Amino acid sequence: MQTRREVLKRSGVVAALLLGAGLLPGAALAYQKNAFEAKSFEDAFKALGLPMPVESAEVMLTAPDIAENGAVVPMTMASSLSGVKKMLLLVEKNPSPLIAQFMVNAAVDIQYQTRAKMGESCDVYAVAVMADGKTFFARKEVKVTLGGCGG
Amino acid sequence: MSTAIFSRSAWLVVAMCGAGAVWAQKTASDSIAEYRAMLQDGNPADLFEAKGEDLWKQARGPKKVTLEQCDLGKGPGVVNGVWVELPRYFTDTQQVQDLESRLLTCMETLQGFDAPTIRNTPYGKGEQANITALATWVASQSKGMAFKLPQAHAEEKRLFELGRQLFYYRAGSHDFSCATCHGQDNKRIRLQDLPNLTTNAGAGLGFGAWPAYRVSNGQMWGMQLRLNDCYRQQRFPYAQFGAEAGIALSVFIGVTARGVETTAPSIRR
Amino acid sequence: MADPMRIRAQAAGSKINVRVLMSHEMESGQRKDVNGAPIPAWHIQEVSATHNGVEVLNAEWGPGVSKNPYLQFTVKNGKAGDKINVTWKDNKGESRTDEATVS
Repeated sequence: MQTRREVLKRSGVVAALLLGAGLLPGAALAYQKNAFEAKSFEDAFKALGLPMPVESAEVMLTAPDIAENGAVVPMTMASSLSGVKKMLLLVEKNPSPLIAQFMVNAAVDIQYQTRAKMGESCDVYAVAVMADGKTFFARKEVKVTLGGCGG
Repeated sequence: MSTAIFSRSAWLVVAMCGAGAVWAQKTASDSIAEYRAMLQDGNPADLFEAKGEDLWKQARGPKKVTLEQCDLGKGPGVVNGVWVELPRYFTDTQQVQDLESRLLTCMETLQGFDAPTIRNTPYGKGEQANITALATWVASQSKGMAFKLPQAHAEEKRLFELGRQLFYYRAGSHDFSCATCHGQDNKRIRLQDLPNLTTNAGAGLGFGAWPAYRVSNGQMWGMQLRLNDCYRQQRFPYAQFGAEAGIALSVFIGVTARGVETTAPSIRR
Repeated sequence: MADPMRIRAQAAGSKINVRVLMSHEMESGQRKDVNGAPIPAWHIQEVSATHNGVEVLNAEWGPGVSKNPYLQFTVKNGKAGDKINVTWKDNKGESRTDEATVS
């Protein structure tokens, strides 16, 4: 039999986990600054309160093989899974790997395209965060060149 | 007998080339082309185009007048098709002018802006930024059209010749000319293909791309700035906005591009 | 007041393809100026979109999104004449909303 204190502590922990995972319903959550300022792939997941992702063929990522300039790299992420709560976009070796998170909405296809900055050649990740807290990724290596002086 | 042997070895060469192509991996050029294609839709140049259109129709300057009576070569207010006929000679200024310098003329005469001040304003700032936006929009109004710069007037011909001389003129600390980078086929700087501006196709590719949005710095560049930056890389003296040298080079390259479709405003590294 | 977005919303079958170009510096905060002082971060943090007044998109962006950001998404059910609204809000509290009619 749990004491009231234990119940509160446990639900507090659960709430924190749910908050981190962006799963609390209702009013808009505060911007997840900590996640966007996390300095490594692992730290971003920690800040989001999420487990490290597992590869899945039902998460898709389209990005060029070579980006002529790392300032603008087009990326499209999608998923054919059902029960996805949000999609994350990460660039592994960026000073802050988390690029964006899109809350999945039933009215819109689970497919988002944007352009990100890449500091150097590395892996780009699209991650599907499920309602049950599981996470799945697709990965693509993108080479970044500085390019020449013209063009 | 000898012809048969020749044919056989020729066939062999063709076969080997074919086999090589099948095994060849995607080249870096192919991948770069793919990258550029991915950026075609949603070119941030659109933002500058929209701004340019607004500026054309906005009453501005000390005289609080719009640019809608500006003559860019085909009559007051005509914007459709003017881009592919510039630079050209203008009787009111008695000069061959390119799009940007002509826009400045209109801003001065119609709207009352101070031209020398704007000429000395750094690119991307103040009214220079507005000229770039205007040029982006005007260029977009000729999308799909082929270049047909006029060479009827004596001044237009003179500037073509001057432009050709300047193109091959080696100077500066590094003995650079435009031709050093842009005078031969299949040259590149790191991964940047350098168009051969002395050929029709190359000139069309190079001349037809500017104004362009440069992803490397997120800036919109018109031809004036493009030439200015080439000169900087060549260690030449600073090319003043609207200087005759730049107009002459534009005439030379633009005339060489005759018949090629413009792609401006485009996206570039 | 920030420059307007360019929104193109096109009906394709029963779907609406939405493409947005936003005018924003998206300064990451990583760069330094000529004197070596860090240029402060200035970037869009929240992006949302509505379809005929109903929210259909809600996203958080970090400084890693490119300057003059591009966004593309597809609304599952819609038709020409519908309204798409896009809003962004940045870390300085500035925001911008633009509307487009589906063509």
